[in-house]
Amino acid sequence: MRVSVITFPGSNCDHDAYEVCERRGHATRMIWHKDSDLENPDLVILPGGFSYGDYLRCGALARFSPIVNEVLAFARKGGLVLGICNGFQILTETGLLPGALMMNRSLRFICQHQYLRVESAQSPFTNGLIPGTVLDIPIAHKEGNYFIDAEGLARLQDKDRIMFRYCDAHGMVNDAANPNGALDNIAGIVNDAGNVLGMMPHPERAATDSVCSNDGSHIFKAIELFIDGVA
Amino acid sequence: MLKAKIFVQLKPSVLDPQGKAVSNSLSHLGYDNVIETRISKYIEIRFDSADKEKTGADTEKICDSLLANPNTETYHFELEEI
Repeated sequence: MRVSVITFPGSNCDHDAYEVCERRGHATRMIWHKDSDLENPDLVILPGGFSYGDYLRCGALARFSPIVNEVLAFARKGGLVLGICNGFQILTETGLLPGALMMNRSLRFICQHQYLRVESAQSPFTNGLIPGTVLDIPIAHKEGNYFIDAEGLARLQDKDRIMFRYCDAHGMVNDAANPNGALDNIAGIVNDAGNVLGMMPHPERAATDSVCSNDGSHIFKAIELFIDGVA
Repeated sequence: MLKAKIFVQLKPSVLDPQGKAVSNSLSHLGYDNVIETRISKYIEIRFDSADKEKTGADTEKICDSLLANPNTETYHFELEEI
């Protein structure tokens, strides 16, 4: 498949995402935020980092980068968009995903391995995965505390749009396993159409055998299965 | 010239861990009468304009499109002649 990774000023996980996609054999492009052409991708990745220094609110200023209009148009046509960490924050600021990422309840930047439970296989990003599967994928953020109003939360729950929840090693979803205070332990959600995923954990940091977890590769495999028909 | 003095506040339904931490510190300082602390943003914008009506409308648009996140925040502002 063809992957376009967007670089904003302050992105710092763009090369990790690029590297993983290249290694998996995909035609991968780095796209500068001032560009206006996504170069015909199957998948767009909005990577982690600190776009625009996190000024005002995380992701708020990246929304006005020229390439974001192209991402919005691509997503509205059904193109796959994966926002990781700061990419998730940008997606909520653009309105492609509901809710907001607030400051962690500990007020601290958290960088650690984290267990996630796959909640649904009903998305291009999780198809082929068995709900209940526990993945070990690292998190690294200070603003990952997902918030949405009660009505919005009910909609996410009712429409099976919560893809990942923070859990413990045994797949138990509870407050003790919640690293940042996220509502309903939410770690990742998709939009109504299912083609846009935002997640705080970093699958691109856990997708080769050279690091201590390779569980992030399950998400890339799911996308490959969806786009190419084979993982 | 006009100056917009803009306050962006978290909605009451949104938890404010920074405010909670400040409340804890105030309690350590001995202020046992503090019930709650909420942290807000204060933003000033200066406009090269004397037209209060247009500047007010512009400020509202600026708040809606950028300064406040409607999911979590509310805002209010006042205009001051400078």
